[in-house]
Amino acid sequence: MSQATELVKLTAAQMAAKIKAKEVSSRELVDAELDVIESAEPSIEAFLHVSADEARAQADAFDAKLAKGEAEGLPELAGVPIAIKDMIVTKGIPTTAASKILEGWVPPYDATVIEKLKAAGMPLLGKTNLDEFAQGSSTEHSAYQLTHNPWDTERVPGGSGGGSASAVAAFESPLALGTDTGGSIRQPGALTGTVGVKPTYGGVSRFGAIAMASSLDQIGPVSRTVLDAALLQEVIGGHDKRDSTSIPMDVPALAAAARQGAKRDLKGVKVGLVKELAGEGFQPGVEARFNEAVKLLEGMGAEVVEVSCPRFPYALAAYYIIMPSEVSSNLARYDGMRYGLRVMPPAGVPQTAANMMSYTREAGFGDEVKRRIILGTYALSAGYYDAWYGKAQQVRTLIIEDFAKAFEQVDVLISPTSPSTAFKFGEKMDDPLAMYVNDIATIPANLAGTPAMSIPAGLSDDGLPVGFQFIAPQKRDELMYKPAAALEAALEEQWGGPIHQSLKTPWLESLNK
Amino acid sequence: MAEKLLKYADAVAKYDPVFGLETHVELSTNTKLFCPAHIEFGGEPNTQLTPVSLGLPGSLPVVNQTAIDYAIKLGLALHCDIAEWSQFARKNYFYPDMPRDYQISQFDKPLNGEGYLDVELEDGTVFRVPIERAHVEDDAGKNTHVGGADGRIEGADHSLVDYNRAGVPLIEIVTKPIEGAGDRAPEIAGAYMRAIRDIVRALGISHARMEQGNMRADVNISLRKGSDAPLGTRSETKNVNSFRGIEKTLQYEIRRQAAILDEGGEILQETRHWDEASQSTAGGRVKSDADDYRYFPDPDLVMVHVTKEHIEELKAQMPEMPHERQKRLQKEWGFSDIELRDVLNADALDLVEATVAAGASAAGARKWWLGELSREANAQSVSLEELPISPEDVAQVEQLIADGKLNDKLAKQTVSGVLAGEGKPQEVVAKHGYEVVSDDGALAAAVDQALADNPDIAEKLKSGNMKPMGAIIGAVMKATRGQADAKAVTKLVMEKIKG
Amino acid sequence: MPTFTREEIEHLDDLARIALTDEEITRLQGELNVIADSINKVQEVASDDVPPTANPIPLEAYLRPDVAQTPLTQEEALSGAPRAQAGMFVAPQILGEE
Repeated sequence: MSQATELVKLTAAQMAAKIKAKEVSSRELVDAELDVIESAEPSIEAFLHVSADEARAQADAFDAKLAKGEAEGLPELAGVPIAIKDMIVTKGIPTTAASKILEGWVPPYDATVIEKLKAAGMPLLGKTNLDEFAQGSSTEHSAYQLTHNPWDTERVPGGSGGGSASAVAAFESPLALGTDTGGSIRQPGALTGTVGVKPTYGGVSRFGAIAMASSLDQIGPVSRTVLDAALLQEVIGGHDKRDSTSIPMDVPALAAAARQGAKRDLKGVKVGLVKELAGEGFQPGVEARFNEAVKLLEGMGAEVVEVSCPRFPYALAAYYIIMPSEVSSNLARYDGMRYGLRVMPPAGVPQTAANMMSYTREAGFGDEVKRRIILGTYALSAGYYDAWYGKAQQVRTLIIEDFAKAFEQVDVLISPTSPSTAFKFGEKMDDPLAMYVNDIATIPANLAGTPAMSIPAGLSDDGLPVGFQFIAPQKRDELMYKPAAALEAALEEQWGGPIHQSLKTPWLESLNK
Repeated sequence: MAEKLLKYADAVAKYDPVFGLETHVELSTNTKLFCPAHIEFGGEPNTQLTPVSLGLPGSLPVVNQTAIDYAIKLGLALHCDIAEWSQFARKNYFYPDMPRDYQISQFDKPLNGEGYLDVELEDGTVFRVPIERAHVEDDAGKNTHVGGADGRIEGADHSLVDYNRAGVPLIEIVTKPIEGAGDRAPEIAGAYMRAIRDIVRALGISHARMEQGNMRADVNISLRKGSDAPLGTRSETKNVNSFRGIEKTLQYEIRRQAAILDEGGEILQETRHWDEASQSTAGGRVKSDADDYRYFPDPDLVMVHVTKEHIEELKAQMPEMPHERQKRLQKEWGFSDIELRDVLNADALDLVEATVAAGASAAGARKWWLGELSREANAQSVSLEELPISPEDVAQVEQLIADGKLNDKLAKQTVSGVLAGEGKPQEVVAKHGYEVVSDDGALAAAVDQALADNPDIAEKLKSGNMKPMGAIIGAVMKATRGQADAKAVTKLVMEKIKG
Repeated sequence: MPTFTREEIEHLDDLARIALTDEEITRLQGELNVIADSINKVQEVASDDVPPTANPIPLEAYLRPDVAQTPLTQEEALSGAPRAQAGMFVAPQILGEE
């Protein structure tokens, strides 16, 4: 099966080209990925559900369409398989948000992004693991399983989208979808050496994305290359009338920007290094790779200046008020009435609807989710609304102002994605605040709705991947794709290939035997 | 149940009531407020749902343009300030019939701000009810309680939930505290509710059928020592769903609260319920800090923008308001104030108008709807509209009378036939052979016979005393089994006595 | 400054409908007060005249035409129900108004 292991290492764009050239079928790609999934899952555990039959059927349908010459006009990625974070609703395929409270739920509808993927002929390989309801930074808060970081299976893949990131890093899928509320696509990208993009808020429809914090959530691509992410965002992006927060505009030309960036000419591009997102708290190995990458940007002609966003140090606090407030309300619907888990009160407690709800939610939610619901319930309470929620919404305005001022000076902002590389299981589970600090560099973009992405910047002294973050102004996602693709190309030249060539993949070797 | 009550007259003599109404009106849009599920009264349970109205994970609300337009029209009718920017907010509380366990309502930025409504009372007095706001929100589903007595919540063992109603658009019209009503508080409340009902119907934005729950009100009331005294603690009686119920709730609460205050007691701030059977309100839940609804702007929805141009467009579409229409019709029909009020009190304005439109005289239409048909509706405990007779039928009967084909008695019998489901008036007439005897020969013979049978009366008539004419007519009627036309009989008698 | 007392958390678990155990309440009290300490920072920076932001992208609502679309079937609607009967969802005994 050497062909399968070759195939799965291709980028999505390369797979698409081979499909177009009829060198490989969608079905062959799906089968190859399903083989890798079978081989890798015992050690990676990225998937909560593998939808093998559906994926094969979708691939066959696409291949038949292609054979009949009916695939004209489909997106470039047509026929390329993809994995879906289990926070996104898929008709007929179980969707759990990695929570016990939704165990066994089979949605009767598809998210808008799923409809778009299906229309594009992209087979769905399955649903990937996450922190319960996307709440966490290590995927350890999944109610079902721990997902392992392919770079070191004793370590976390980041979170909440650890499943999607690990699946793509481990070659179980060329592409995946994630959701990013405070860094849930970008931080796992950084920790697994993959590319993760949070588009402009409203750039990709949230219809069918299970809500965590509605004003912060955004669906985005997970991939191994910048171009692949651009191509995927072009498939899933655009206005959706079913999402009131969807921006009525077309997706910008992202793949074109990425392809232009790959020429490695950044003359005229102004890059702002955010003073407040570096220094204290950032691991030395992370800072070193970051600084080297900045030099590469300068080497390609970019003008790099330091900019200050003085209110960013308040972003984490504002986030940990706004996010749990919205969580407390968004997660109210899981009450044991219409879908999912129902737990009746124990004997001796009145068997009422109210008590049923309380015992269902007690049993169905994990610690982190409960912590955030209680915190958010408090923040919205009459007596504290002004001091907390009201103030946090004002801080949000200030963060947006900081971004606006910074973008008067530069085209794109940069920072390390995460202060540290992947940590060991259990290391931060007992200290919520230490866990929360992981998102310090990613949260401002969520509060301000700006697009942001993480790409691999190399390996730290500990041999683990480091992420490099680009942030662009609202609705200008293309502005980050160009320098990101340029940096990716420059780094790969230095490394003599993509970062994954340094990754040990025993699950692929075993397939070759 | 046996709560102490003061006599109403004593209560209002001693205390000044201050009350407020929160009226929920269901809008008659085609689809729900936040999703394109069709709305239909009485459909199969849980068949009018999309992922949004069932509160499925991942679903998102999108505002219905027509619901907003309907709400703006009501705002215009109530002289409200229409907000250029309004916002939906979540009201968070758990209840089995709420699919998301929060209601999407409006909080600090409602669509319709302050306004007023002038209501006319029975004696013609006009009272201005100040409006605080009229905001848009979505309804919850319906619980059917099983296992207890007669479907009541008490004693039920479990409940069945139908979410069809969940997401139906509502407007909640909130009055400011209504002061200065004095002993007329219940009357003002009733008149206000009827005026709201007439307005929403005229606007075509709600069916406004209280019996179907299209309209319901929460009634707040407190008493104070006098109009200068500080406001007292209020009770809130929830979901009262008839005009009489609203009036009686206020009467009852005034009497109940007055009795408590008289004894130096304190009014509990609580929610109560109007119980139709016992004609009283019953205590419910004491308000507590559990009512912390944690309102916040719904992050799934952005601000609703209403331009001045759009408001002007809607203004241009506004129909005649009920009060103006009443005045116009009164003039057209030549009704006295009392006659018009009787029509209004009988809820017969639309019916009379339709009957006149179908060709009847205004007086004739009014006579039927307020007379025979009102008695019939009362007897059956239904509204006039629900009677199985249409304005066109009534107009047809009137036409038959005008044509001399039916007399009063036969007309009544014809109407009875229509009500009994025997068909259209013409069909009933044909079926029973109702026809005024207009054959002069037969009628003349009957008149001759009657005069011959009653010589003394014939003498009186001949001498110019017309008083006993009725007796002759009666005798002729009897002889013709009611099918004689009284006018024709009179004419014949006059000819005979002169001849 | 907002802090979490034990009673407060008991009240919150009632509002949020989560039957927390005693141990959970004890642990949460500690954790939430540490978190509260840290997030109280929001009160340091914004003066009262700063407008709040509820949604990061300034948009006005798209208003949907009042046209019906195919609803879920009753079977689909009830497909996830923990308990259903006669086409309806079954709730345990409901007490009180709200």
